[in-house]
Amino acid sequence: MRSYLGDPLFKGLTFFFAMLVLLILSGVIVVLAEGALPALKTFGPSFVWTSVWNPVTNQYGALVPLVGTLETALIAMLIGVPFGFGMAFFLTEMCPHWLRQPIAIAIELLAAVPSIIYGIWGLFVLAPFFQMSVEPFLISSLGSLPIIGSLFAGPPIGISILLAGLILALMILPFITSVMREVFAAVPAVLRESAYGLGATRWEVVWRVVLPYSRVGVAGAVLLGLGRALGETMAVTFVIGNAHDLSLSLLAPGTTISATLANEFTEAADKLYTSSLIALGFVLFILTFGVLAIGKRLLLKASAGKGTLA
Amino acid sequence: MNALVRRRLRFNSAMTVLSLAMTAAVLFMLGAILWTLLWNGIQAIKPSLFLENTPPPGGEGGLANAIFGSFMMTMLAIAIAAPIGVMAGTFLAEYARASRIADIVRFINDVLLSAPSIIVGLFVYGVVVVSMGHFSGWAGVIALAIIAVPVVVRTTEDMLSLVPDALREAGAALGTPRWMVITRIGYRAAFQGILTGVLLAVARISGETAPLLFTALNNQFWSTNLNAPMANLPVVIFQFAMSPYDDWRNLAWGGALLVTAAVLILNIVARLSAKGKRAK
Repeated sequence: MRSYLGDPLFKGLTFFFAMLVLLILSGVIVVLAEGALPALKTFGPSFVWTSVWNPVTNQYGALVPLVGTLETALIAMLIGVPFGFGMAFFLTEMCPHWLRQPIAIAIELLAAVPSIIYGIWGLFVLAPFFQMSVEPFLISSLGSLPIIGSLFAGPPIGISILLAGLILALMILPFITSVMREVFAAVPAVLRESAYGLGATRWEVVWRVVLPYSRVGVAGAVLLGLGRALGETMAVTFVIGNAHDLSLSLLAPGTTISATLANEFTEAADKLYTSSLIALGFVLFILTFGVLAIGKRLLLKASAGKGTLA
Repeated sequence: MNALVRRRLRFNSAMTVLSLAMTAAVLFMLGAILWTLLWNGIQAIKPSLFLENTPPPGGEGGLANAIFGSFMMTMLAIAIAAPIGVMAGTFLAEYARASRIADIVRFINDVLLSAPSIIVGLFVYGVVVVSMGHFSGWAGVIALAIIAVPVVVRTTEDMLSLVPDALREAGAALGTPRWMVITRIGYRAAFQGILTGVLLAVARISGETAPLLFTALNNQFWSTNLNAPMANLPVVIFQFAMSPYDDWRNLAWGGALLVTAAVLILNIVARLSAKGKRAK
């Protein structure tokens, strides 16, 4: 009887492929760890906080790309989170209904544009604009201030950590906006209406009622955006200049882990060089995995906690 | 009205205007990106773009080999990823549902969904390229497939979960074995949604660059050999845009326009097919 065999067979097949997803993840961990081993053996744990990156003398440390990664991601969050919040505020609370769908679609298109397009646009359009207008202005207005000034020192060359952060902000905005919009929309109408009924203004309803109620979900949205910003490769590679220098100035070129990988991996002839690059990738993987996992957990918690107040 | 009320109202209008301005600014940026892309790209669109191969530095040529390579690798990748993704999604939605193992798989899948694609490139380099001894089209295909799988898993599970249990029960009541309930009833009801997921996965991988950099690499010549390095649009765009040659940069813009047009059209088609489903 064939049909008796069909069920266990089909179930087994689907189970196998579901396990394949787990296998991919464990495979990534094993392969990266194995590839990074020679570098980690040679340099020890100090690999992470050494700033030398010299293919000629075969000495490598992750500090410069790691700092660049964190720096660009931080700039992206500083710009992206307020904008994402502003857009979610506009879309959920104010936008007329007929306009909601078109704007939501436009935001999703923004998310669908491949990162290489942001890169080429940043390099050819935004970088010259930065060099001509934005950076000279920043240098002349903020550059002479006592402490902040060192962040805006140096010549305006367009390609810089600041520009990379800005492009990243633009790239993660759609994700932050759409997740925030979802968690805002999940706030029970009763809460909103009560606040309005007490005479709260629109801003007060969002800031004092909607945001506190959905704070776990909002934190999840922010972390998901951060996870993407940390690992984004192509858009950053185009506009950051791949310079292994530790500079305080945001207007100086720098590098990130992913940009270093994209620029140097195929050129790395030496075994230790390749291994050090894989070790960089391993550091990036642990970092993004941690951030994404926490973000995801928060979002799950937010959606599970729904209804406790309703 | 007292001063406090006036201040609150003023603050409210300020924030309202600010959020409006933020939305407008972001939409303006999207418009600016698409506009410069169209403006610069359209000048590179001519028959030679589709007929000639990528030129040596400074020469004239087209992107024929890269277009072909991208098309072939994307199609093969989705041919591998779609069955894997649909099956895994089926397990989550039909067999495991709220079990612990399903929660784990779902969680890992969601993390993989936003994991940096360059890591996938490194992984495939370590597994495929090192053991083959050279860069190859197949390595590129596998890297793209790994990126596409989580997208398909996610949408398949979501779409199958939308199929009402009454349909499954009706099928079971007629004595249909479970696997046939899933394939004949579940898949049929969720077909359009699953198709949307597959289209979105195609859109996602057709613009991916990072995982191809050290798997498929690039190839200056026309090649259909998947065991050799293979030209593809994203890597060619990257290489040409970063070069100092004007001809290469023009080709990069042309390629960028092609990729974006393909990705956006796929997205819109996917959305329309999802909408058709809802209207039914």
